[in-house]
Amino acid sequence: MLKGRHLIVPTDFTVDELNDLFRLADSIIANPSNYSDVCKGKLMASLFFEPSTRTKFSFDAAMYRLGGNVLGFSDPNTSSAAKGESLSDTTKTIANYVDLIVCRSPKEGAAKLMSKASSVPIINAGDGGHQHPTQTLTDLLTIRYYKKSLDNHVVGVCGDLKFGRTIHSLVKALSRYDNTRFIFISPEELKMPEYVTKELEGKIEFVQTDNLDKVMDKLDILYMSRVQRERFVSEEEYLRLKDYFILDQQKMQKAKSDLIVMHPLPRVNEISTEIDNDPRCVYFEQAKLGMYIRMALIMRLLGV
Amino acid sequence: MINVSKLKQGIVIDHIKPGQGYKLFSQLGLDKLDDVVVLLRNVPSKKMGAKDLIKIETNLALDFDVLGLVDPGATVNYVEDGVRVKKISVALPNEVYGILECKNPRCISKTEHTDKIKFILFDSEKRVFKCEYCDSLTSL
Repeated sequence: MLKGRHLIVPTDFTVDELNDLFRLADSIIANPSNYSDVCKGKLMASLFFEPSTRTKFSFDAAMYRLGGNVLGFSDPNTSSAAKGESLSDTTKTIANYVDLIVCRSPKEGAAKLMSKASSVPIINAGDGGHQHPTQTLTDLLTIRYYKKSLDNHVVGVCGDLKFGRTIHSLVKALSRYDNTRFIFISPEELKMPEYVTKELEGKIEFVQTDNLDKVMDKLDILYMSRVQRERFVSEEEYLRLKDYFILDQQKMQKAKSDLIVMHPLPRVNEISTEIDNDPRCVYFEQAKLGMYIRMALIMRLLGV
Repeated sequence: MINVSKLKQGIVIDHIKPGQGYKLFSQLGLDKLDDVVVLLRNVPSKKMGAKDLIKIETNLALDFDVLGLVDPGATVNYVEDGVRVKKISVALPNEVYGILECKNPRCISKTEHTDKIKFILFDSEKRVFKCEYCDSLTSL
C-alpha cells in the first residue's frame, strides 16, 4: 500500500511496489482518458525552491491530466522562506491546505526534513546533488518500456557521476535487479563518489573508465548526463570538463543495434543533435514516460 | 611512576587506546563535572602495551554511544565500596543521535534547526557514519 507514504529516495518503495506503479503507468499510457478525472477535487502543492522547468511541468501536467489542481511557487523569493520561515513550519502550514506536496530544494536532505513535518505525502522532486527519485522512476519505466525487463543489462553511465543525483539514484535502484552490470564513464574529477561505489562492492559488478569510445559496443543502455554548471564552485573547472564526452554518430556506429540512449535532460553538448533521429535515442520519449509514471505515483500516494 | 589512589565509588573507563583518552574526556563532557576526574595517558598495560584510563569519582550516566564512537575497545567498570560491581564492554553503535555533525555544507541540517540528527553506521572498520538527511559520510 502506497497510500499516505512519502517518496524521498528511490528505495523507499520495494521492487513489488515499483512493479505495481509500472503496471498502473502501462494502463495510463494505453488509455489516458480513463484516468482524466480520478483526482477531481484533489490539490497538489508544487513547492520549487530552485528553478526547474521540466520537473515542475511534468508534475503539474500529471496532476492536471488526472483532473486535480495544482498550486505553488517556482521562485522561493515569493514564498514565506524569503521572510525567514523555517522549512518545517512552511511544510506544516501548507500540509493543512493540500492532499500532496511536491518539493524541490537546493539543500540536500530537504525533502526528508519536510517528510518529518508533513501530515500529507511528500514527493522529493530533487534535493540538491542528493536524490531525484521520480527521475529514477522515469528511468526505470523507460528501460522496462523499451527493454521489456529490468534484469540482465549492461548499463553505461556517462558524464558527471560526482554531482549527478539522477545517476546516484538510478544506480541504487538498478542494483536491486538481477544481473545488472555497470560501466561508469567519467573524467577522474567527476568520478562516482565513494558512498555509491561502496554500496555496490561485492554485490554488483562495475568498472570505471574515462573512455566512452572503447566501451560503446558492450552497452545495452547508455545513460548520458550533463555536466551541471550550478554544481561547480569554479567556472574554469566547469568549462574544462563540460565537453569531455560528446556522443555522436561515430560512437553510435560502434553500439549494439538494440542499445537505448537515455538522458534526464536538459542536454547541453554531450549528445550531438545529429543523432536525435536515431531510433536508439529515446531521451525525449523518456520525458513523456516521466509524466505517466508521475501520474501513477500521484494516484497511488493519494489512494485514488 | 605516578600513583593514583584506588577508587572507592565511581567509574573506571579502562583499555582506552593510547591517545583517545583526551578525546573521550572532552566528548563525554567530563571537563564540566564538579567531581574528581583523573585522566591517565600512556599507562603501561600487559594486554595493550600502553593504554589511557579515566577515573571518575561519581556514578554519572555515561553516553555509551559516544564511548562506542571514540573507542569501541574500551571497558567501563562500576565501583562501589572499592569493589568492581559491574563491567561493560563498549561496542560501536549502529545509530547515533545528536553526537555527530554533518560536514556537507549543502546539507539541510546546516541551515535548518534539526533536533538530534541521526547518523547510521556505514563502515564499521573505519567507523564512518551516514547522515540521515543527505547520506554524506562522516566520522568523529
